[in-house]
Amino acid sequence: MSGGEPSGGQPSAPGRSAADKSDFKRDLTDVVPHLRAFARGLCGRPDLADDLVQETLLKAWAAQDRFEPGTSMRAWTFVILRNAYLTDMRRNRFRGEYDEGVAERILTAPAGQEEPIHLSDLHRALLTLPAERREALLLVGAGGFSYEEAAAICGCAVGTIKSRVGRARAALSEMLASGSIPRRSTDDDVAHSAILEELEAVAGGNGVNSRG
Amino acid sequence: MASINGQGGNQGEGGTPAGGDRRRPPEWADGLKQLYDSVVEEALPDSFKDLLDRLDAIPPARGRDDGK
Repeated sequence: MSGGEPSGGQPSAPGRSAADKSDFKRDLTDVVPHLRAFARGLCGRPDLADDLVQETLLKAWAAQDRFEPGTSMRAWTFVILRNAYLTDMRRNRFRGEYDEGVAERILTAPAGQEEPIHLSDLHRALLTLPAERREALLLVGAGGFSYEEAAAICGCAVGTIKSRVGRARAALSEMLASGSIPRRSTDDDVAHSAILEELEAVAGGNGVNSRG
Repeated sequence: MASINGQGGNQGEGGTPAGGDRRRPPEWADGLKQLYDSVVEEALPDSFKDLLDRLDAIPPARGRDDGK
């Protein structure tokens, strides 16, 4: 590296070495697809999800000195992403919008099941869940995190995560079994009000309920 | 809180109706992974790599003197 080399001769500097930095960049690059998948699950619309990922990358980069090499980059960046998501939601950026581009794919029917589930239905149903149950289910059920890891990401107790996942599963099963998945037109309302309720809890009742 | 059992429409061979945590993952569980994996497997837009390259090009020494 030319220029800006910290006073030479001290290879074991407490800060990050060039190797650490390039490891960081590589690891961060590697998790981008996962960040996109998590973000898409959270907010439904690919363009907004990708904005969220960009924001996450900026924040992660700025905070890279706080990343401990050897720990999970995916878990670390998911924390950043979910915090950015909650902040953006508070600003009303995500209105439970749903992109049908994801949608027309059909879930391959598992053995012994008569009727395939549409991924679009599943995703819509997912978006109606309160944000904290949705993220818990995404982390455990889609991202493959353990309950413990998910709890660490969400900053809550393991038992809380288990209960959120259980409730999310029950709600989805119920919706999918009964076919009472909100349609796209009403999806905004249902998902949005669920999100708002959640936010009021999160924000401690910070007047998020002003909507037309 | 309302009770969370009594989700009547129990599909297929009886799971455990009461209690939030089912023994067997529900049939749509695989779909959740598919949703996730389908995004993971998408081709990555260049914008992400570009962003990281740009960030990487910013000299880290600039205006950053952590006192300790």
